[in-house]
Amino acid sequence: MKVFLMYPDRDFEPGQELPSNVETLKQDLELNTLFTAMAQGNEFLFTVAEQALFTSLDSPEEIRYRQEILKDCLRHPDVVRQIYRIPIQAIENKKKHWMGILTNYPTGILSGAREMLEMFVDLLRTLKQIADEHAGGFESSGFRRFFAMIQQELDDVYFALVSKHLKTLKFRSGVLISGELGRGNEGTNYVLRKANPKDQNWVKQVIGRRSPVYSYTLHPRDDHGARALGELRDRGLNLVANAVAQSADHINSFFNALRLELAFYIGCLNLYEQLTQLGEPISFPKPLDAGRRQLSFVGLYDVTLALTMKQKVGGNDVNADHKDLVIITGANQGGKTTFLRSLGLAQLMMQCGMFVPAESYSANLCNRLFTHYKREEDATMTSGKLDEELSRMSFIVEQLAPNSMVLFNESFAATNEREGSEIARQITCALLEKRIQVFFVTHLYEFAHNLYERKMKNALFLRAERKADGERTFKIIEGEPLQTSYGLDVYHEIFEKDREIQEIGRQNEGPN
Amino acid sequence: MTFQSILFRNVEASINDDTNEAPAFFSDLNLDQIIDAITSGKQEYNLKPYYYTPLHDAETIYYRHEVMRDMEEPGIMTTIKALAEKMIVVRRYLGLVEKLDFNHHKNGWFLEAALVYCEAVTDLAGNLSRVNLKSRGLLAFRQYVTQYIQSRRFRSLHTEAHEVKGILADVRYCVLIQTGKFKVRKYDGETDYSVEIEATFEKFKQGAVKDYLARPSEGSGMNHIEAQILDFVARLYPEQFAALERFSEQYSNFLDETLRIFDREIQFYIAYLEFAAAIRRKGLTFCYPLVSGTNREVYASETFDLALARALLYRDQPIICNDFHLKEPERIIVVSGPNQGGKTTFARMLGQLHYLASLGCPVPGREAQLFLFDQIFTHFERAEDISNLRGKLQDDLVRIRKILDHATPDSILILNEIFASTTLRDAVFLSKEIIARVMELDMLCVWVTFIDELSSLSEKTISMVSTVVPENPALRTFKIIRQPADGLAYALSIAKKHRLTYEQIKERLSS
Repeated sequence: MKVFLMYPDRDFEPGQELPSNVETLKQDLELNTLFTAMAQGNEFLFTVAEQALFTSLDSPEEIRYRQEILKDCLRHPDVVRQIYRIPIQAIENKKKHWMGILTNYPTGILSGAREMLEMFVDLLRTLKQIADEHAGGFESSGFRRFFAMIQQELDDVYFALVSKHLKTLKFRSGVLISGELGRGNEGTNYVLRKANPKDQNWVKQVIGRRSPVYSYTLHPRDDHGARALGELRDRGLNLVANAVAQSADHINSFFNALRLELAFYIGCLNLYEQLTQLGEPISFPKPLDAGRRQLSFVGLYDVTLALTMKQKVGGNDVNADHKDLVIITGANQGGKTTFLRSLGLAQLMMQCGMFVPAESYSANLCNRLFTHYKREEDATMTSGKLDEELSRMSFIVEQLAPNSMVLFNESFAATNEREGSEIARQITCALLEKRIQVFFVTHLYEFAHNLYERKMKNALFLRAERKADGERTFKIIEGEPLQTSYGLDVYHEIFEKDREIQEIGRQNEGPN
Repeated sequence: MTFQSILFRNVEASINDDTNEAPAFFSDLNLDQIIDAITSGKQEYNLKPYYYTPLHDAETIYYRHEVMRDMEEPGIMTTIKALAEKMIVVRRYLGLVEKLDFNHHKNGWFLEAALVYCEAVTDLAGNLSRVNLKSRGLLAFRQYVTQYIQSRRFRSLHTEAHEVKGILADVRYCVLIQTGKFKVRKYDGETDYSVEIEATFEKFKQGAVKDYLARPSEGSGMNHIEAQILDFVARLYPEQFAALERFSEQYSNFLDETLRIFDREIQFYIAYLEFAAAIRRKGLTFCYPLVSGTNREVYASETFDLALARALLYRDQPIICNDFHLKEPERIIVVSGPNQGGKTTFARMLGQLHYLASLGCPVPGREAQLFLFDQIFTHFERAEDISNLRGKLQDDLVRIRKILDHATPDSILILNEIFASTTLRDAVFLSKEIIARVMELDMLCVWVTFIDELSSLSEKTISMVSTVVPENPALRTFKIIRQPADGLAYALSIAKKHRLTYEQIKERLSS
């Protein structure tokens, strides 16, 4: 029995290795705010949300599979939460009554595991009842398969069979084991046997083929003998005790899987409920193959900003279809970083099957998402900072593959503009040629302007809007890069002078 | 030719197993540490007598070299080790038989021993036929094994052991265990209940889960309940157990004596090579030395103290290798130089090399030619003995006298800082006296001393000194090199470091 609510054909594996840049992504995209909203104080939900978000799906089909299930969850939140309580109950009962199977003796293992099975079977009955009552209202293929499986596998006949075994496993009339002669004629290969039906024995008795039977009764004070007989019994029960304990573990694993896979959707439900309260819209994105270049959305907002501000925040509309490069320029405090974050968040949310914070959203998948943000620390050591930035960049490049996506936020500004622009330009152009999608928030005018002048068909230029009176709207609109350092003549002059002096110095050094 | 011993060309020269006492010089040369390390884990073979018995004839040493070289081939080593491992099992089972109480149980283990033995010998013959042997010893052994496995004695043992095992393996019985009692009868096709349980819960399988199988102790014991069950089983299957009884009586003494001795003797080689392998992993080399009882030219290159190498095996500390070479008419190496510079180690090393060579073992170093001594004598100063100086000097002289009385021109003498606790004048006088006698005997000698003059007394002595790093005289290189002794060089360099040389002090004082 497989849960298969995260993937149509496989389990959701907890503890998978996450991409190496998880910590960077968390920091740059404020992801902990998102996870916290999904978790609602529950550590487990937090971890699962994290795990799911960082294990992106590869295909639009897989994404749609989860989207359908999530839609069912949004329609039937109570039923889904009711199902989620079953594995929770199993885990709590287990914690209360079985601190793990502590004994090493098969007899003890068997009795502990048998009782645990009884408890699990009761919960499975509850699950079956929910399936019988509500299966009809669910539309997603994932839930329909899940309920159908529960109804098929856990029918009345099966529950009857299990009850019978749970009774037999008490071994009221003794334990029958078969043995063979191992090395040194020591008994080995002990196998627990089910006694043959009586009538068969009778036939054999009549035709005289029945084996003689030798009996031995222990002296009542033969403690050593009783212990030895107990050990033998244990050997006989070893396999079945293992089988019963493992079965209990398997059912336990099934419950764990159910809890794990539903936890993702419970997290989504939690988030949904909060956003609804804020009056923020959500929509199910339209995922497209990674090879395509499509990105268009209406009302895309930064979900972490909305959650932090606890209010509705403004969204943006952009159509960047067929673009490999999006350059975002404009004044400080104009919403560029928020915009870039909303792009990254939506991408990750879409790729794990979640809804996105937008009125509508359609985008191609990317095979991995990277962020390269200016870091505030180390502000004093300018040269060390560029070095640090470039080493982070190099780490990203090591891991890049075609159809990856890189979000740059004011990168390479740790040096003068010309050098920074040149570095940014060289890196960006190289990435584009390698089919990497680039989103670049920058103040480097030379860099942005240079690319703008090329009139590349696959580039889009956006700008943080600033009205004529200087008021910021926090809207991102299409527009060519503007030189932000206008009016700073003095600075400019000195800067150029400095440069000239440097140039002269360099020329003088040259011939040597 | 018939095979007799893998350690000796002719059996007359075999070893007295009672040679359980190490030669007197063992602890001075740290050979006790080396031999303990080599034989550790192999106590059951009692190998020490072999390592306590030096050889005095080059031919037997080369006989061992051949075997040792063969054993260095991985294929051959594997073959022999496989035999050894199985023989250990055979001995363990036979030991068990002696200790057990119940007859069917005893017979059962006796049969196991025979089965393992047959397998060991059969595998050995097969494996030996596939390896390329060069040594006289192993070639003769192979011939012996080939004859042995074709012998009627071995063939019938082999056949019958398997037949009896076969019929016992087919025995199946059932035990019904109830509280305080049990019943035993033949197995009658009852189905496996565990399988049924597993099948019932199969649908919940979710990947790997914990293994709850208890691991019953593998100790080969049998309590009275198991013995009672076995007794019932024997009554259910009387012919099978009668066959086992007949087998046990007929083959009570199946182990071949020659094989038994080989299995022990070959461990001499295995033990040494395993030990050497660990040392080699540290980047050090071993070589097969030339040996001679007449040629007194001895040399070795890139050689080292094996005991020290072993002690530093798991430490991140390099082993310093040294060379030496005594040509005609040189006989005595006088080692001087700064303390803690490896002088004693060097002296020990030279003794170790000669001793290991006399066992027929490869020795530390890239190449070596060594002397086949009749005896090794050592005299090492022991610091803790200086309570009574006069008594000690007397003791020393008595011991040296004894040595010189017993030494022959073929002996090797290793002296370490003798007379260190007496006055310089006495020490010089005594040392010169003793060295004159040593020269007269014409024996090989290493003499570690602080008395420089000893190194230039005659053409028979050479001088080797421990050295320091020129830039930092406090650092020892542990290199012992052949150069004239100059006790002042070291002191001067230290002084220079502290700006206390003559020139320096003058300069400092002039300001």
